[in-house]
Amino acid sequence: MELLDGNLELKEIQNLQGHTDRVWSIAWNPATAAADVPAVFASCSGDKTVRIWEASPSTRSWDCKAVLEETHTRTVRSCAWSPSGKLLATASFDATTAIWENVGGDFECVSTLEGHENEVKSVSWNASGSLLATCGRDRTVWIWEVMPGNEFECIEVLQGHTQDVKMVQWHPTMDILFSCSYDNTVKVWWSEDAEGDWSCVQTLGESSKNHLCTLSGYHDRTIFSVHWSREGIIASGAADDAIRLFVESKDGLMNGPSYQLLLKKEKAHDMDVNSVQWFPGEKRLLASGSDDGAIKIWELETLPG
Amino acid sequence: MTLGLINANPVVHAKKERVARTEDPHGDDAVDPLEIYDFVRDIRDPEHPYSLEQLSVLSEESITVDEKLGRILITFTPTIQHCSMATVIGLCLRVKLKECFPPHFKVDIKVAPGSHADEKSVNKQLNDKERVAAALENPNLRQLVDECLYSNEL
Repeated sequence: MELLDGNLELKEIQNLQGHTDRVWSIAWNPATAAADVPAVFASCSGDKTVRIWEASPSTRSWDCKAVLEETHTRTVRSCAWSPSGKLLATASFDATTAIWENVGGDFECVSTLEGHENEVKSVSWNASGSLLATCGRDRTVWIWEVMPGNEFECIEVLQGHTQDVKMVQWHPTMDILFSCSYDNTVKVWWSEDAEGDWSCVQTLGESSKNHLCTLSGYHDRTIFSVHWSREGIIASGAADDAIRLFVESKDGLMNGPSYQLLLKKEKAHDMDVNSVQWFPGEKRLLASGSDDGAIKIWELETLPG
Repeated sequence: MTLGLINANPVVHAKKERVARTEDPHGDDAVDPLEIYDFVRDIRDPEHPYSLEQLSVLSEESITVDEKLGRILITFTPTIQHCSMATVIGLCLRVKLKECFPPHFKVDIKVAPGSHADEKSVNKQLNDKERVAAALENPNLRQLVDECLYSNEL
């Protein structure tokens, strides 16, 4: 892979201000990955709002196109676009998940999912966009089915974690759901068929046999976000204000992959980096959000010579 | 909220005599443990009408600072092993320090080793940024924290 041979740099392209409190999460709209479409991403914040940012074709820089406010009454912790890019789900400490639709340039809240007893911390769409998962401090994971007319029906409330569930993520192609919790485990949830009950088919902990590799000794404080790019570059953002990039080592051991540091960007932000997200299109762009309220767009470039 | 005090008879110590500090020749840039201690010593305990210093929950020795890195570590000693107010004290310390120090300072808060029955679990909660943020959005908790921080000024 030429990544390991080249001299690479993470160049700061833009510093976006706007949020008045920490930025918790960033999500690129998957429908805007094509080369001829202006790239769009959403950011959510402790200021209770969600901002939509769009790249201007003329200036090739991002502007804030919309501020989704007066809906959530507390921190918005997580946001996720549906695979079609038509809907945006936002999860909030106010115990609700809002669904937004872009109606002629304006974002409207078309549905509010209630049920969690307290803070909702993460939201994720499955690959086909037919299901939505949410999780929160009430220790549960909820699965919602997307019905016609932007209706959402809860089809399952998954119990199992013994503490706060901090994140949910669907498998990229199969309807398998992963959740990770304050109880130090990752649970794998699955349903036999469309009508079947969902259940936890596996619990991954510190000494699970599927464990392949741990990268440690790089960040010296909490790592808040990791994201894999199309080319297999892992980006991490942490409370040490740094962003690090890792790639698979060429000379990995026979019994599993190993990874090496590709580059580090110390002082990427003035405060904790809470979210790093690779642009889903061809360009090697990375968006990062921080406790300092800023969002930065970076480009991974090869240095000349 | 439990009725009745968790620890009805805390040991109260006299306030340490405050040493008048001479002008620091390096200006206001230097941050030392005593400066940090001055900000937090008078925080009122959530349960008793005494300061954290008077109850020996905090002392000057409980604070370490690495100014170059911008890191502060505070260790406090709850009055009893099963203190359920430990997380509230932690919140008070965080809010106070956030007010007094530039935002890039990172603060870690722990209970003194051996001072709490659920030490590991309490330390985890005290330093979970997401949990702290959510707790401070809870109006009841926020009110309690404000009372501990500002009751002297009322």
